Amino acid sequence: MVLQMSVNNGHGPAPNYATARTLAQLPEGEAGVLDRLELPDDIARRLMELGFLPGHIIVPARSAPGGNPRVYRVDGSEVALRRETASRLILRLSNRSKPAEASLL
Amino acid sequence: MSDCHGCAGCAVAEPPPSLPKSARPYVVAIIGPPNSGKSTLFNRLTGLRQKVANFPGVTVEQRVGKARMHGKGMTQHHHRDVVLVDLPGVYSLNPRSEDEQVTRDVLAGTMPGIPKPDALLLILDCTNLGRHLVLAAPILSLKLPTLVILNMADDLKSRGGHVNTAELASELGSPVALISASKGQGIEKVFQFMEGTSAGTAALAPPRVELPVLQDIPRCRQWAHEVGTGAAYHAPAPPIWTRRLDAVFLHPIAGPLIFLVVVAGVFQTIFAGAKPLMDGLQALIEHGSQWLGNLLPAGVFRSLLVDGIGHGVGSVVVFLPQILLLFLFIGILEDSGYLARAALIADRTMAKFGLQGKSFIPLISAYACAVPAIMATRTIENKRDRLATILIAPFMTCSARLPVYTLIIAAFIADRPLLGHFFGMQAGALLGLYVLGFVAAIATARLLKSSILKSERAPFVLEMPPYRWPTLRSLGLRLVDRSKVFLRRAGTVILAVIIVLWVLENLPVKNGQPPEIADSFAGMIGHAVEPVIKPLGFNWKIGIGLVSSIAAREVIVGTLGTIYGKEGTSESVGLRQALRSDLSPGGAVALLVFFAFAMQCMSTLAVVRRETGGWKWPAAQFAYMTLLAYLCALITNQVVRSGIFS
Repeated sequence: MVLQMSVNNGHGPAPNYATARTLAQLPEGEAGVLDRLELPDDIARRLMELGFLPGHIIVPARSAPGGNPRVYRVDGSEVALRRETASRLILRLSNRSKPAEASLL
Repeated sequence: MSDCHGCAGCAVAEPPPSLPKSARPYVVAIIGPPNSGKSTLFNRLTGLRQKVANFPGVTVEQRVGKARMHGKGMTQHHHRDVVLVDLPGVYSLNPRSEDEQVTRDVLAGTMPGIPKPDALLLILDCTNLGRHLVLAAPILSLKLPTLVILNMADDLKSRGGHVNTAELASELGSPVALISASKGQGIEKVFQFMEGTSAGTAALAPPRVELPVLQDIPRCRQWAHEVGTGAAYHAPAPPIWTRRLDAVFLHPIAGPLIFLVVVAGVFQTIFAGAKPLMDGLQALIEHGSQWLGNLLPAGVFRSLLVDGIGHGVGSVVVFLPQILLLFLFIGILEDSGYLARAALIADRTMAKFGLQGKSFIPLISAYACAVPAIMATRTIENKRDRLATILIAPFMTCSARLPVYTLIIAAFIADRPLLGHFFGMQAGALLGLYVLGFVAAIATARLLKSSILKSERAPFVLEMPPYRWPTLRSLGLRLVDRSKVFLRRAGTVILAVIIVLWVLENLPVKNGQPPEIADSFAGMIGHAVEPVIKPLGFNWKIGIGLVSSIAAREVIVGTLGTIYGKEGTSESVGLRQALRSDLSPGGAVALLVFFAFAMQCMSTLAVVRRETGGWKWPAAQFAYMTLLAYLCALITNQVVRSGIFS
């Protein structure tokens, strides 16, 4: 169901982030707005406590060699997730108008 | 309380145990999210007056300490200690993890051995107040006197952030203190709060803001945002130095290289760097026990003190420099923030074995000694990953196996060149044993994670704290604590086992003289186990050695020395010759395999019991490792005997 598309580290042509459907597909340094967490309730709550809340802006940062796991800037802190988890975090498609910056609430 | 639907807050509202106020200690609990500086504050308030244990029956670390009140308001009558309880770092009180359950139980006063707290210190990272304030909602709904501590005040200021503490205090209905726990700024406000509440002079004000429904995380986060806005909270700029350092430490090429250098440095230090210190300590212990022996008349007591306790406890205490160096390293890595980056880099490799990045440093440490390695697993928040790491750590080739390996390899394996002059058969055999232990460890990890430790659904989540300078104070306290834990065990469990073994070797007394080892109780045990170990190629003498090595692996070398009447060291030529004439090659290789797998270490069992909160896991681990050792040694002996390799 979820595309296991490999994420480039911002070296190639910058893709339109509206095409990134999940957090795992979002290129490094580009902002995405979280829409929903397609994860079991207890895991989703754990991530929500860390700031992965619907409506929050998330910016992928540096990663381990090979791109997995990757650090995400979210709600004022940095949290690393494995790709398998990040690919369950679905982004909002209508975020084209949002400025691509790490907004801290 | 209309917003509080069957939440943690209501469950907690029970009357405290009705002891007279003066007879009962005044208990203050410190609560806060992970990375809020909770432990730093706890160390600031208690110093060396603290002890670390586990909460009963669980793997959660319990730190309890005393803070001495010495403010002006304290008359002699009121002068007393406050008992501080450091609770595990949590983001909420929803009891999903062991940490959250423990926190709830302590706050409700239902945790055995810990009275219900009289007051709370809620510590939050003020550089990330929006997210951290979420925890304030469930804590304030407990209606206990609470000081809201905004930590990292220095970072907030230097990065251009701002908060109006007076406004925040009136919004929350609780006093607010802006401090820097690592620098000690503002600590006096925490003392003043504890003095005030313990003297009963502090009054509770109701919060001006309405507390949110606790189960609704988006709503709680929104509430925290509104409270922050009300207190003119302005979030600081991103930590510029952390970004710059991450550009190096998490660089696609430089990052892994730095990681390898750090790991090699840790490995080199705990092996080579600790060697002179360990040799020095060994010499000191030997001289000490000899000096003591010369003072005492020859006899049973001297033999027990010098040969038994001196050698036995000495052989354990000698690992102290290694343990201290390792914890100095881990302390620097953890406090600086690099450990999280190392865990990130190591994660993919560790995931192949069913483990995670944070298991890496403990497993590397286990090459020195499983005891500090198991203590180091405390940095792994995920309980199942932590348990898996604890259970496989003793397979790593620890330095106590080296004397045994050295003796047997030197006695039975000819040092012919294998790969040129620098890598001979003996070195190859030693390397093979290291590989054997490593393979057993990862095979066991995979087995565990695909069976009993499988059901864990929690994802890998790793917070990246900003880089900070480690403080000498925090490093020092850590070293003192770890040494105390280690020495206490050496002085209790190990001492007891050593005395029992000594008694077994020296009884029954014949004509007022201790018996020959063959006629002693230990000899009888050796003869009794002989039928069981015969298929492995071991005789009763090896049997005594195996029984004695349950205390610590290297003890077998000394025991075999006693049995064969030779010098009991791994360099002893006489002992090598005696073994060669008494043990078949199959038995010798089987003995090496047995030591690679068997859990011959009381210290490790004791520390596993302590870290897992019961005898269940160490018992299972002992059974599994002994069975594996027996079966593999059996196969080895049969294969070598059948002459496939000759």
